[in-house]
Amino acid sequence: MFLGVLYGILFWIATLILIIGVANKVRLYWNTPSPLKIPTMPAPTTQKGVVLRMAREVFLFQSLYRADKLLWVIGIAFHYCLLLIVLRHLRYFLDPVWGIIGFIQPFGLYAGFGFVLAALGLLARRFLIDRVRYISAPSDFLMLVLMIVIGGSGLMMKFVNPTDIVMVKAFFQGLKYFSWQPLPADFTLLLHLTSVVLLMIIFPISKLMHAPGVFFSPSRNQVDNSREQRHIAPWAAELDKQGVDYLSELKK
Amino acid sequence: MAKYEAPPLLSDDGIVDIPAVVPDTMKGAGPFISKPEFQEPMNFPADIEQDEAGDWSLIPNWKEEALNKLDDLRGRYRSLQVYLDICVKCGACTDKCHYYLGSSDPKNMPVARQDLLRKVYRRYFTFAGKYFPKLVGATDLTEEVVDDWYNYYHQCSQCRRCSVFCPYGIDTAEVSMAAREILNHIGRGQKYSTEIMGKVYKIGNNLGLPQAALADTLEGLEEDIEDETGVAVKLPLDLHGADIMLVTPSADFFAEPHVDGLIGYAKVFHELGLSWTLSSYASEGANFGMFVGSYENMRKISMRVRKAAEDLGVKRIVFGECGHAWRVAYSFLNTLAGPFDFLDARYPVPQHVLELTWPALRDGKLNIDKSRNDDMTLTFHDSCNVARGSNMGDQENGQFDFPRNVIKAVCNNYVDMPEDTTKDATFCCGGGGGILTDDLMDIRIKGALPRMEALQHVTDKYGVTHMAAICAICKSQFTKVIPYYGFSMDQIVSVHQLVSNALILTGQVDDEDALNEEGEE
Repeated sequence: MFLGVLYGILFWIATLILIIGVANKVRLYWNTPSPLKIPTMPAPTTQKGVVLRMAREVFLFQSLYRADKLLWVIGIAFHYCLLLIVLRHLRYFLDPVWGIIGFIQPFGLYAGFGFVLAALGLLARRFLIDRVRYISAPSDFLMLVLMIVIGGSGLMMKFVNPTDIVMVKAFFQGLKYFSWQPLPADFTLLLHLTSVVLLMIIFPISKLMHAPGVFFSPSRNQVDNSREQRHIAPWAAELDKQGVDYLSELKK
Repeated sequence: MAKYEAPPLLSDDGIVDIPAVVPDTMKGAGPFISKPEFQEPMNFPADIEQDEAGDWSLIPNWKEEALNKLDDLRGRYRSLQVYLDICVKCGACTDKCHYYLGSSDPKNMPVARQDLLRKVYRRYFTFAGKYFPKLVGATDLTEEVVDDWYNYYHQCSQCRRCSVFCPYGIDTAEVSMAAREILNHIGRGQKYSTEIMGKVYKIGNNLGLPQAALADTLEGLEEDIEDETGVAVKLPLDLHGADIMLVTPSADFFAEPHVDGLIGYAKVFHELGLSWTLSSYASEGANFGMFVGSYENMRKISMRVRKAAEDLGVKRIVFGECGHAWRVAYSFLNTLAGPFDFLDARYPVPQHVLELTWPALRDGKLNIDKSRNDDMTLTFHDSCNVARGSNMGDQENGQFDFPRNVIKAVCNNYVDMPEDTTKDATFCCGGGGGILTDDLMDIRIKGALPRMEALQHVTDKYGVTHMAAICAICKSQFTKVIPYYGFSMDQIVSVHQLVSNALILTGQVDDEDALNEEGEE
């Protein structure tokens, strides 16, 4: 029971940090103005076009495809496997489990292998390509190690030393209503859960913010219509209003 | 010329090979530092001092000011805040910068260039950097860091090629501009840019050509055109009540091959019967405020264009061939100096001169003899700021199609350079974004390498003899730098120079001797 309470609290804290942290960052991005039109041209001339451009970036990694084909293959594999894995894990939180989530269970299993292999590929790049090695900080390596530990421990539980998943499901079901349920005292499971908690905690303070951040990238989300529509930030409009050249001359 | 050595051209497909990382090859002092007299007109702090060795100090409380400025900028620019946060260090951009490809210095890889600022941002403004600096590669702000900023942020031409390939669209130009704006405020302004902007404020153009000198130059050009064609083509200056105000880079008034482009615009306006004028007050298309990352100075320079248009009572504003000018004009002018509701609403504000010339050519309004350009086989260098920072016409890709259409309409022999080096994947000439100064000659030569590889390729394969450009910086940079690679400076031409060659004016009487002489060249 001690484990159940400990991990229950951990998951609650991690969830709050993840949600509040990401929300804070998103609010910061939302509230920070874009003073100039800087879409990377050629850019769509309509808002609908921008939605399509963003969709191609988010779902197909269009720019990355142009930049580096090998990295694109690994990146696509990594992210789509991750997506399947996350969807597959919904079965621990849903009761009854939706049909679609049931349907993808076997695919999610293969995705586990794809995910770990792709993460190993990303890690190998950091060692093997001199340019990528140069730009990598310790955290860039560790982030991938963390991913591999999460994926590896997950696969271990499926294929080597299975844990009591009925108990695990009861734990997560209970978590929703602050009803503490016991967890199996399996090392692999605890390693798996601990690394997921860690990942959730570092998400808002790390480069993982690229996921929500990409939607705020002005070079990708702006419409090419600068001649038709005047685009001005509030702080810059103040220069016009007060008729001065420099921000330091503005009267508050 | 022997002082610098160009890297050898080794590629066999026109695409430069990715070099191995060689740290610190371009470590150095950076460009000349802006003295107090140049800082003051920009509203930048000027309390810096020179020691006996000639080195400039930073301002007294530089560290605090630098961090304040960084904080200020990330609050005013979403691009900066988001781009500092979300880079995953995937490395997709690492082989995309012409300065890295030409110099092998890893700090010229876009992500590493951003990291020079990002590591300081992380140290002072993020949880991870405050408490685990080593883990996330965060570092304290020291004078060594400032030196690296000054050096390496002046090895970025803000060409945005990296932003094309980044999966999140991270634009190093935005980071470079922010870094330069921080440097501006701690006593590390760049002399080349601030001195030039000072001339714009005082006189009206980057070169410091006063009204009388300008009038004189234009008169000389009118005489040249009349001698050559027998037609009195005018280049009016400060003509009140003209329909069109032409704003063009001041290099167009005297530099080669820029001036041949200016003659081309004048001939096109003349032939189309357009009423137009230049302005001495806004006799500069370029806007160096963008280079130094100063919104306020960029706006102040743009306001001159607005004022000149109001004073002259024109109905339309047209920009000449200039890359950064066209980015500022197309993408920023409406923001900085708009709204332009006092102009004729039937025309976009502003227009590019190619947006006049191409429709006229397409509709057969100009009498063209393409064979007059038969001594050349042309290729076209997409200027970075036109390609990735602007558009022409009202369709996507206009910035690529308009110049090509015009060249093909006036020349018989045209080929494109390899795909990875054109359109939105074009390489900067190596001199853009405030780098076009003699104190940065080494990086200018190295930065031209990818373009030179592509040019060599089409020269060998298709017999290309000339490369056309639509940017004053590209033209100046190439004429100066391509001799280091074995080409000759007269291989660079203006697009409107080609139009000028092929355009037969109404009533034109060709001087046969002059034509023959040209044929023998």
